[in-house]
Amino acid sequence: MASETIALTAVHDVPRPIGTILHDWVTTVDHKKLGILYILYALVFLVIGGIEATIMRIQLIIPHNHFVSPQVFNRMFTMHGTTMIFFVTMPILFGFGNYLIPLMIGARDMAFPRLNAWSFWLTAFGGLLLYFSFIGGNGLYGAGTAPDVGWFAYAPLTATAFSIGHSTDFWTLGLLVSGFGSIGTAINILATIVCLRCPGMTLSKMPLFAWLNLVMAAMVLLAISPLTAAQMMLSLDRFLGAHFFDTLAGGSAVMWMHFFWIFGHPEVYVLVIPAFAFASEIIPVFSRKPIFGYPVMVAATVCIGFVGFSVWAHHMFTVGMNSYANSFFTITTMAIGVPTGIKIFNWIGTMWGGKIIFKTPMLFCIAFLFQFLIAGLTGIMLSAAPFDWQLGNSYFVVAHFHYVIVGGILFTLFGAFYYWFPKMSGRMYNETLGKLHFWLFFIGFHLTFDFMHIPGLLGMPRRIYTYEPGRGWDIWNLICTIGVFFQIAGTSVFVGNLLWSYFKGKAAGNDPWDAWTLEWSTSSPPVEYNFAEIPVVKSRRPLWDIKHPEDPDWKYE
Amino acid sequence: MVREIHQNSQERQHKRRIQWALSTIAGCLLAALPVFGNPEDPSQTPNMFKPQSSPAHAIFHLSLFVLAICAVIFVIVFSLLTYSVIKFRRRANDDGREPPPIYGSNQIELAWTVIPVLIVLVLFLATARVIHGIQQAKKPPEAIEVIAIGHQFWWEFRYPALGVVTANELHVPVSDTSHPTPTFITLVSADTDHSFWVPRLAGKTDLIPNRENHMWIDPDQPGIFIGQCAQYCGTQHAKMLLRVYVDSPDQFKKWVEEQSKPAQVSESAKEGRRIFETTACINCHAVSGTVADGRFGPDLTHLMSRDTIASGAATNTSENLRLWIHNPEAIKPGALMPAMNLNQHDLDAVTAYLETLR
Amino acid sequence: MSTASSVSMEQPWVLPSRGRVGMFSLIAAELAIFTIFVVAYLFYIGKSLTGPLPKDVLELPIFASICLLSSSLTIHAAVSGLRNGRVRTFAMWWFGTMVLGLIFLGETAREWYHLIFEKGLTISTNLFGTTYYSLVGLHAFHVTVGLICISIAMVLTLLGKVKQEHGERAEVFSLYWHFVDAVWIVVFTVVYIIGR
Repeated sequence: MASETIALTAVHDVPRPIGTILHDWVTTVDHKKLGILYILYALVFLVIGGIEATIMRIQLIIPHNHFVSPQVFNRMFTMHGTTMIFFVTMPILFGFGNYLIPLMIGARDMAFPRLNAWSFWLTAFGGLLLYFSFIGGNGLYGAGTAPDVGWFAYAPLTATAFSIGHSTDFWTLGLLVSGFGSIGTAINILATIVCLRCPGMTLSKMPLFAWLNLVMAAMVLLAISPLTAAQMMLSLDRFLGAHFFDTLAGGSAVMWMHFFWIFGHPEVYVLVIPAFAFASEIIPVFSRKPIFGYPVMVAATVCIGFVGFSVWAHHMFTVGMNSYANSFFTITTMAIGVPTGIKIFNWIGTMWGGKIIFKTPMLFCIAFLFQFLIAGLTGIMLSAAPFDWQLGNSYFVVAHFHYVIVGGILFTLFGAFYYWFPKMSGRMYNETLGKLHFWLFFIGFHLTFDFMHIPGLLGMPRRIYTYEPGRGWDIWNLICTIGVFFQIAGTSVFVGNLLWSYFKGKAAGNDPWDAWTLEWSTSSPPVEYNFAEIPVVKSRRPLWDIKHPEDPDWKYE
Repeated sequence: MVREIHQNSQERQHKRRIQWALSTIAGCLLAALPVFGNPEDPSQTPNMFKPQSSPAHAIFHLSLFVLAICAVIFVIVFSLLTYSVIKFRRRANDDGREPPPIYGSNQIELAWTVIPVLIVLVLFLATARVIHGIQQAKKPPEAIEVIAIGHQFWWEFRYPALGVVTANELHVPVSDTSHPTPTFITLVSADTDHSFWVPRLAGKTDLIPNRENHMWIDPDQPGIFIGQCAQYCGTQHAKMLLRVYVDSPDQFKKWVEEQSKPAQVSESAKEGRRIFETTACINCHAVSGTVADGRFGPDLTHLMSRDTIASGAATNTSENLRLWIHNPEAIKPGALMPAMNLNQHDLDAVTAYLETLR
Repeated sequence: MSTASSVSMEQPWVLPSRGRVGMFSLIAAELAIFTIFVVAYLFYIGKSLTGPLPKDVLELPIFASICLLSSSLTIHAAVSGLRNGRVRTFAMWWFGTMVLGLIFLGETAREWYHLIFEKGLTISTNLFGTTYYSLVGLHAFHVTVGLICISIAMVLTLLGKVKQEHGERAEVFSLYWHFVDAVWIVVFTVVYIIGR
């Protein structure tokens, strides 16, 4: 086993004119550059979406506040939700997937590099189209306005009768366009994982990251399409006078809800499964043990993928479905808690008996476990339909899903940033600043979202620009708003750390974490062709086998 | 012993993290107690944990059961997580050897699959009982029937059997378990989606155009119960407030009698009435016994019998009434009532007329 | 882990072709879109508040369906011709596919002309009009896109650029065309049989 890897050291290019660099990035089909484009694009929208959230929370800090008008507030919650889901979380997860999947499976690029570029630019254009609505939309007052129909745009509020002008059309068309980009990327991820694995890497030997992204990609194909179809229908209604959701012509408002949530629920699994993928790579490395129960983790994820398509109407418990339908969606929603819980237990099982190292990526993943547990339990509460009849459409739901998306997904995303930043940039980030970011954000997150459950329990509905004093909601709203500023502080430290470390950080080397998957065998950052020679693997932890030739994994798996 | 004395910074970090987590949870649990309603006027907090009607009671009991199970699960898993984070951390004096790799265990996987499945089964059965109990309740013959029509941004209530039409403030009689007089509400919408939510009386049910939904309440105590629209319906969704007045049987009877009468005619308000009936007011509003029969806005026949105007956005006082007619944007920006552009004299006259509609 | 050159594998390492996997993935996504339109169609059967109704205006498009479904056979013949190196056979059958597809579109256009100008049914007339034009139109759009691809390949064939090695690509495209035909079977059943 003499010439294991041809260790590639990064070659830092000679300085090139800025025009050449820009042209290179705009026309690239390299999965690593596209991955970084996705990630940077998403970070910009993360800041914008955060500003929208901050505006809302300032408006809600006291009852009957006049910080913004109801019209502006309604645009804020619509744009915040739409931005965070479609132009932050999805692109950033596609970005990490794009960057890491070929490296982890020993390939030189994605299966369809040009499709990859097309998908990115389509997604990017969709976001710009949506945001153009701020200046180009034509709402009630004739000035530009963004959509204000909520991120799930229920009919018939979106009909031309109730949504005058074109603000809703920016929502529909922006998402339609970026939806095609998402389908393109999903096709690419699926084909890459199925067709481009290096020799020896059977499906049962590929990193969990690849498995989970495979399930995610399959879900995207089946989940985004219903949204695409519904948006086509809405556009036909609004532009050509069709009657899909026109209740005056006999159309059904509930049908929009069904189509939307058949997309909307699997979508949240599309978002959370890559977050699980990050945790499944980071936790083993920082516990110094392989993932506990690899086959069960795969089976549980596939199970979530299937069952996730059967739970959608738990978003519609209050719509007046009959008791059998309500019972059906209750049991499917409770059932999906089982494989999800199994995954949490397996992560704890990975840490059990290990030697846990508390570097920043691991801190974020431990907090993820704690927070995702709570998020899952509030989800179980909501799955009991009668309980949902009280809690649905209230701040309890808002708290629940932010717990999943911020407490679960964003925390593992931060972990992923710190974990793979050395690989992508060739430099180490500052560990002290990383920990500072963690604590500031942890405190802010809990201040905002723990206490947000309470107004929901006390009867505060969501999507209201103000509320009545004396209902017992005032103090909780105040605390929630205070937490926002800690989160802003933490995120600023994060951005500053990345920027500073990119230019001034210590050289990271190929494998700063002593990890075991293939991306750590190339240089940091990897050369354009990823590997000098395509590797051949015999186990799930190929680098472990090299580092421990006397005790390789393939003897035990 | 040595380890405890030499607490390194990592151990302190974990202890702090755990303390913080525990205090957050304890705070949340305490805060969830009904004690934390508004202390001055507890009835003004729409607290689902203080139910006053059978559907709300059933949900309350189910919620306690669900919360208890979730609390137990949380304590167990959180303890395991905390334990592993503390016990299996890499010590300062670590020898650098990798710990034994454990790839999995079929027995453990089976155990922590089977137990959650059983928990799910139990939870589901308890839940299904409540679903059926609430949704398939039979309507007794003495039930009060109400049709609730959702509008942007107000509530229309019609009692077809009693000949009553009102807005925003729903009156129902107390329901005695020995002789139940529940109120069965049919929910429809005139425009977009809305949702009827008065937490202390029942869970919420949506009002959806081109669809009829049903719900029922049987309040067991007189009082005023507040709620509001719980499905985003447009600009003024936030101020589509709701009140349910639970009256004693005699009070309810009296209310119905008063509401079924046509509008009072008052000589002093003749001028205001003339202006009202010759401007655009009657396009939207109805006053029974007069030419005004618009259906777009609330019925004003017994406007002064209500405590609030603009679906709860303002109390029903002379100044507010005047302001509302003069400039609705000042009270409810985005409401669908236009400013009527009356001059001061006409404004005073119309307000005076409306104030005679008891 | 070792490098590919230094270790001999017991069996050759063969994974599915990416073109095929990619096309199946695309078909899965498209299937989901069509399913939603079919569900809307089925749900709204009999719910139109005004006429015209399907039984008043719809005639079975037998000829068009035969053309479209036969084009699956012709494209299959074309692709096997190309895989066996017979480019002229390929060109002939490929041209036949194009003609059959164009006939199908022409028949659809004729039907729509008749419905709009003689029967007064448009997408905004009633729920039947809405669901009919959107479902049949979505399918016709997919046929059109397929025909554009076929035309481009036809031109390239006439220019002599298409060779045996392109057989795999032609086969991957034919998967799309077969999918479009299969969807037509579903659309035909739902619109002209169940819905009438």
